[in-house]
Amino acid sequence: MDDLGKNMAKEILNAKRLLCPLPVIRTQDKVKTMNAGDILEVICTDPGVMQDIPAWCRINGHKILETISTEMEYTIILQVA
Amino acid sequence: MSKQRKAVALISGGLDSLLAAKTIIDQGIYVEGINFFTGFCVEGHTHAIRKKDKATPKRNNALWSAEQLGIKLNIIDIIDEYKDVLINPKHGYGANMNPCLDCKVFMVHKAKEWIEENDFDFIITGEVIGQRPMSQRKDTMPVIAKESGADDLLLRPLCAKNLPITLPEREGWIDREKLHDFSGRTRKPQLALADEFGFEDFAQPAGGCCFLTDKSYSDKLVDLWTARGRKEYDLDDVMLLKVGRHIRPKKNFKLIVAREEGEVRFLQGYKKEFINMNCASHKGPLAMIDGEPSEEDLLLAAQLTARYGQGRDAEFVDVTIREKDGVERQVTVKPIKADQIPLQWMI
Ligand code: SF4
Repeated sequence: MDDLGKNMAKEILNAKRLLCPLPVIRTQDKVKTMNAGDILEVICTDPGVMQDIPAWCRINGHKILETISTEMEYTIILQVA
Repeated sequence: MSKQRKAVALISGGLDSLLAAKTIIDQGIYVEGINFFTGFCVEGHTHAIRKKDKATPKRNNALWSAEQLGIKLNIIDIIDEYKDVLINPKHGYGANMNPCLDCKVFMVHKAKEWIEENDFDFIITGEVIGQRPMSQRKDTMPVIAKESGADDLLLRPLCAKNLPITLPEREGWIDREKLHDFSGRTRKPQLALADEFGFEDFAQPAGGCCFLTDKSYSDKLVDLWTARGRKEYDLDDVMLLKVGRHIRPKKNFKLIVAREEGEVRFLQGYKKEFINMNCASHKGPLAMIDGEPSEEDLLLAAQLTARYGQGRDAEFVDVTIREKDGVERQVTVKPIKADQIPLQWMI
């Protein structure tokens, strides 16, 4: 693992049961407390996040690393810019 | 070199705020968007709780607008602070429970605080004189500027030429000549400007962007306050008023009956907060019971629940009643007939 990898924090945000745009707001507020390169995993139940969190990331320059959909949950893993 | 001036644009997700922001960006101003979430905003996803709306694109129009404009968007949760605006509006309500004038004053005031904290120079909104009956009249637009504390830091690019000059114009940061003079309810100038800017597929929701302008939603909110005997709400109340069929047979309880699969899934998240029931002998919807029902009330609720299931014409239907702690029991009831449901029960 390189130096960036060693210092990088990984956090999980539980945004289950929240309807959009609340998961986006919670993501936005959480990202404000994190550093560039950190990883945030957001777990949601509103399928709308699959559209909105990537749109919010595009606007703000954050990188989507992975999106995972299951029957009941939607997980988005992003890297803070 | 002159200082790069910065403006914050109130972005609702509708066409007017999109056009207002673009007008100012084109004058070389650095613009960021701000979008306030009151809880009552109409979102594609809230509709998407209901399956029938799944074909419509699930997008947040404010985010979409910001992306079209290439600007940052700050979405701000004002759910708690907004309660005071909705519960005690100084200027009263519009046609339904929409306190538009107080709401605009509040939002511009919040934007004013935001520009002070973030070192921005002025505020822009997509308001147009005469466009809305309450908050966008020639006599109420100065009220917003004054009561919000924004005064001449508030610029309305779409109708600026019909309003007194503002600070950004006076200081020469903005060329007043390149602003607009739209007025009235017509949408033609906005559509022409959208065309000029090359905007397509923008949101023009028929019922507006806010549930408080919706009659049926407002009726449910008033019913909730009346039943509780006080004007108060929390976010779960706001969400639950958007979902299901609401039936109040008595002051002390109401049923929220899911209308389809998406609503069933959404309401399932509230099973620990409400007594709930569904048909056991036939297919049927999930119903939540809000309030303090007696045993007799629960039997009436079961009859109503049975009415909305496939056993509505059966002589008897078994209904499972689930307490908040998950303890279940079954009752057998006669489904209530449509003509036995007084109209006033339907909220
Ligand atoms: S429609 Fe709703 S969000 Fe818009 S000004 Fe009126 S109360 Fe506020």
